[in-house]
Amino acid sequence: MATKLEPLTDRTAEPKLSKEEILRYSRHLIMPDVGMEGQLKLKQAKVLLVGAGGLGAPLGLYLAAAGVGRLGLVDFDVVDFTNLQRQVTFATSDVGRPKLEAAKERLAGLNPEIQIAVYEARLTSQNALQILRDYDIIVDGTDNFPTRYLVNDACVLLGKPNVYGSIFRFEGQATVFGYPGGPCYRCLYPEPPPPGLVPSCAEGGVLGVLPGIIGAIQAMETIKLIIGRGEPLVGRLLLFDALAMRFRELKLRKNAACPACGEHRTITQLIDYEEFCGLRGQEAPAATAQVPEITPRELKARLDRGDDVFILDVREPHEYQICNLHGYLLPLGELPRRAHELDTSREIVAHCRSGKRSAEAVEFLRKAGFRKIWNLKGGILAWADEVDPSLPKY
Amino acid sequence: MAVKVVIPTPLRPYAGKQDSVEFDARTVGEALSRLTTKYEELRKHLYTDDGKIRSFVNVYLNDEDIRYLQKENTQTKDGDTISIVPSIAGGFASPAASGANR
Repeated sequence: MATKLEPLTDRTAEPKLSKEEILRYSRHLIMPDVGMEGQLKLKQAKVLLVGAGGLGAPLGLYLAAAGVGRLGLVDFDVVDFTNLQRQVTFATSDVGRPKLEAAKERLAGLNPEIQIAVYEARLTSQNALQILRDYDIIVDGTDNFPTRYLVNDACVLLGKPNVYGSIFRFEGQATVFGYPGGPCYRCLYPEPPPPGLVPSCAEGGVLGVLPGIIGAIQAMETIKLIIGRGEPLVGRLLLFDALAMRFRELKLRKNAACPACGEHRTITQLIDYEEFCGLRGQEAPAATAQVPEITPRELKARLDRGDDVFILDVREPHEYQICNLHGYLLPLGELPRRAHELDTSREIVAHCRSGKRSAEAVEFLRKAGFRKIWNLKGGILAWADEVDPSLPKY
Repeated sequence: MAVKVVIPTPLRPYAGKQDSVEFDARTVGEALSRLTTKYEELRKHLYTDDGKIRSFVNVYLNDEDIRYLQKENTQTKDGDTISIVPSIAGGFASPAASGANR
């Protein structure tokens, strides 16, 4: 009849900190706001980071350092040189490696006491619920609208908080969506902008420190949610303007008519988010398919033959400074009022960085009566690849 | 009745690179109308073809969303701030990322 006594609760339900962990987390433990109770909550917490990029870098580092017991990372990208300006988890020697492989190594090196799970995949309507289900809190550090709506809807369906952060150049936004009783992303923005209206690559870019600040705010909110202290960033949209160095706060309300979390919700399962964001069929942009093109090699051959070809550069002046083909600089945005500067009788090859803006320029100029005009296929990047490897790429 | 309209970074290229502009206006709609008259290019970013504020652009009077006030008819008073807050996806350059990651 001798029975072995089983512990009343298993170890995972009532974790303890090891001697090493107590030392590691001592600056948390001596704060009454965290203390042993809070640190154990952190150890039991499961947080999923969607995106291991600019926002994911400080998020991963701080949450790992803080002792979040299980960190999940979702990304499918490879580290490249242009990431290093802001994605501070990566070293120069990581260029070319899968981001998750490099991030896991870095975070495990920072804190070997935690578990790190990696999902080397694009988050999709097919896998999202399954991946998110295992986590308590989801942190959105993605860089595109389809994934943001996907993360939001999946969080609402699963009833999980979604710690949101987003950046553009010098400006950032942060809030917590999907908190019980609080608004969701669709309460704020029911629909994404149509693809044509998002700022073009000429207007993109981000100051490297900005994702550090916004990602750190997301990390702070995540920790506050876990330890249950303070006032979470729920129902408030925090706006940060780095140039003015000013934080502002706007009220966010739960929209009773919200299609995702409202009383008469229509979104009861995940949908096709590429289609929702108007991106289906955009993979091969219609504009570039229709406009006449010339490859960098063909153009080089024509120039070498001494043909009179007018090179039109439709990028921005600051891009021209990085590298150029000695073309005539006329930014796409100024084309409508400056088209008269161009000569319809000459042969024109338009180019930009990758060929997208110049396709628009060619389309515009063809409608304006230009007939001898081509788009440089692949832009100055393709020129650097195929004709002049000495040209810097950006 | 001077009100300040704060222009967000993504829309500054269409608003003479200004971060804010002041107008005399009695309602939010009047201030936005003055803004888009002064900066014609902004109009298509703020309004649909049938003249409605776009659903991915939110407008706040001070810290309150005008959808929960009297929308564009919301009265303004001297010293009010109107903020235009569009959705931003970044990351970094949004089209490259949202364009099916090409």
